[in-house]
Amino acid sequence: MRREGSPWQGLGAVVLKELADNLSSARMRVLEWLIVLTAFAALYGAIGQLRDTTAEDPFLLLRLFTVSRSPLPSFVAILGFLIPLMAIGLGFDTINGEYNRRTLSRILAQPIYRDALMMGKFLAGLATLAVSLTCMWLLVLGLALLFLGVPPGGEEIARSLVFLIVAIVYGGVWLALAMLLSVIFRSPATAALVALGIWLLLTLIWPMLSPAIASVIAPPDIRYEALGLPTPETLEWQQMLARLSPNNLFGEAMLAVLSPTTRALGAVFIDQLQGAILGAPLPFGQSLLIAWPQIVGLIAATIMLFVAAYIVFQRQEIRA
Amino acid sequence: MGTVITAHGLTKRYGSATVVAGIDFAVDKGETFGLLGPNGSGKTTTILMMLGLTERSAGSVDVLGQDPMRSPLSVKRRVGYLPDSIGFYDNLTAVENLAYTARLMGIGSAERRERIAKALARVRLSDVAEKRVGTFSHGMRQRLGLAEIIMKRAEIAILDEPTSGLDPQSTADFLDLIRELRGEGVTVLLSSHLLDQVQRVCDRVALFQSGRIVLMGSVAELARKVLGAGFVVEVEAEGTDLERKLAAVPGVTAVETVAPDRYRLTADRDVRPGAARAVVVAAGSLKRLSVDEPSLEAIYARCFQPAAKEEMPDAA
Ligand SMILES: Nc1ncnc2c1ncn2[C@@H]1O[C@H](COP(=O)(O)OP(=O)(O)O)[C@@H](O)[C@H]1O
Ligand SMILES: [Mg+2]
Repeated sequence: MRREGSPWQGLGAVVLKELADNLSSARMRVLEWLIVLTAFAALYGAIGQLRDTTAEDPFLLLRLFTVSRSPLPSFVAILGFLIPLMAIGLGFDTINGEYNRRTLSRILAQPIYRDALMMGKFLAGLATLAVSLTCMWLLVLGLALLFLGVPPGGEEIARSLVFLIVAIVYGGVWLALAMLLSVIFRSPATAALVALGIWLLLTLIWPMLSPAIASVIAPPDIRYEALGLPTPETLEWQQMLARLSPNNLFGEAMLAVLSPTTRALGAVFIDQLQGAILGAPLPFGQSLLIAWPQIVGLIAATIMLFVAAYIVFQRQEIRA
Repeated sequence: MGTVITAHGLTKRYGSATVVAGIDFAVDKGETFGLLGPNGSGKTTTILMMLGLTERSAGSVDVLGQDPMRSPLSVKRRVGYLPDSIGFYDNLTAVENLAYTARLMGIGSAERRERIAKALARVRLSDVAEKRVGTFSHGMRQRLGLAEIIMKRAEIAILDEPTSGLDPQSTADFLDLIRELRGEGVTVLLSSHLLDQVQRVCDRVALFQSGRIVLMGSVAELARKVLGAGFVVEVEAEGTDLERKLAAVPGVTAVETVAPDRYRLTADRDVRPGAARAVVVAAGSLKRLSVDEPSLEAIYARCFQPAAKEEMPDAA
């Protein structure tokens, strides 16, 4: 059945209102401070490390993102952990909050489709994430100039821009997940709890669990074990399973983009290294190509989760 | 005049439970129509189907010449809805809340401001226009909901249990606002389980019971159908042989002497003019003349008495 009118009628109004709500909400303040403080801590460690070692590195700025000094993890690792938290914080009560405030049926009685409400809320959440992450990105650039004293090159900027975009997409995955849960569960507390559970599972437990599962599916070969080498099949399974976690995809994509020497993600076979000068950086386009499947994976995950949330929401009956 | 809402065999099933069981009704332009029935009798479900917020299982509805499932946007553009438990964004002011819905309706910014100010004035919320809705009482929220409908310039206003939980004064105020709305030619659909309110404002009512309309018509019509006679007129007068003379007034079906000089007439219409004339003609002195409007409560009691016990768990 053809629907009358545009499904996006009212989209702009929803985006503007939600964006204003997000940017002025107290929870956003808390999350921003959390991120800024952790970022400072991580960068402080990295800057200290970098000043000690070298000033000749052509990718000094990028090193800032990836270098870690124990006990602090690298800036990218911290973001991989914190961005989901931020996105969940923004998304866990999008629909059920509206329902509990009894505003949902009043809004849906206006001449708009549910599509506009859902899409508007998602776009506003994504824009909020983009604003905060861009601020953070500028912060890092500023700090780099201040403490390292070397202006970043064009390629460095390009690579760190890719980092920024992938970080936003990564946030989108979690935002879509949180919105899906906010449609499924009527109680925001339940939705938040489930979202945090999934977050812990995927970022902390899954990396430990996937090797175990992989070795059950494809048991290690004794011949390889005798040589002290991992079995290729097991390794492949392990990688495939690990990539089910968006955290892993984000980490891999960032590795490819921010460490220009990365030639392949995962196991490297000897034929891939033919003619390669080890340790030489890849051109920007090549690095992007390596990260491409991971980036597409993140985008696909976002779309899938959003569509799921959309379908469940369309079928839901709204009674005040 | 013409009809603005028509329902034919409208049905809603949830699994095996039939919540609305093939109802038919028509609402004329400009009339105030009451949906009356105990909790759980299917009023809200019927309303949701009229707005296209819930899919119907069978039958058809036509709102302003359109099918709310096919053309939800044009129906929702012309119909205002006050849900039974209305909510606003507590962190926003009354104006901001209305501005958001106005934007959703696609009203331009200059017109928006003007329409909002007017609507708030109409429901007497101008003083608190810039206050956060979080500070509003229940009655103020209901009035704000009505302001939204006024701002929308809706041709049909659908109000679901708008006065439940309001104190008597707020209820009276709200009913006055409904009357004003009707005075402007807006068709009003009012759902309620409170009889006297429906009686006070509605031209016609439909009595719902377990998803069916068991009775429909004006309160006087229903009274005649259910109670036999609609009007009870009390006459207090001094005079001789009044009982016989009052009984002769056209329309009076019975006369009862309740006390010396006090008579209760049962009639099929309002017989006060005739009764007054009869007393005067008999050279009596008329002290008091009052009419008991046919009470919906009596109709309701008569209609639902046997079923009331079954409905008890639902009515909680
Ligand atoms: N999603 C649902 N699934 C099953 N039954 C429902 C659902 N929603 C409402 N009902 C039932 O429909 C009946 C009518 O409800 P409703 O239309 O809200 O009545 P009213 O507004 O007259 O109080 C109630 O008995 C209620 O239990
Ligand atoms: Mg109801």
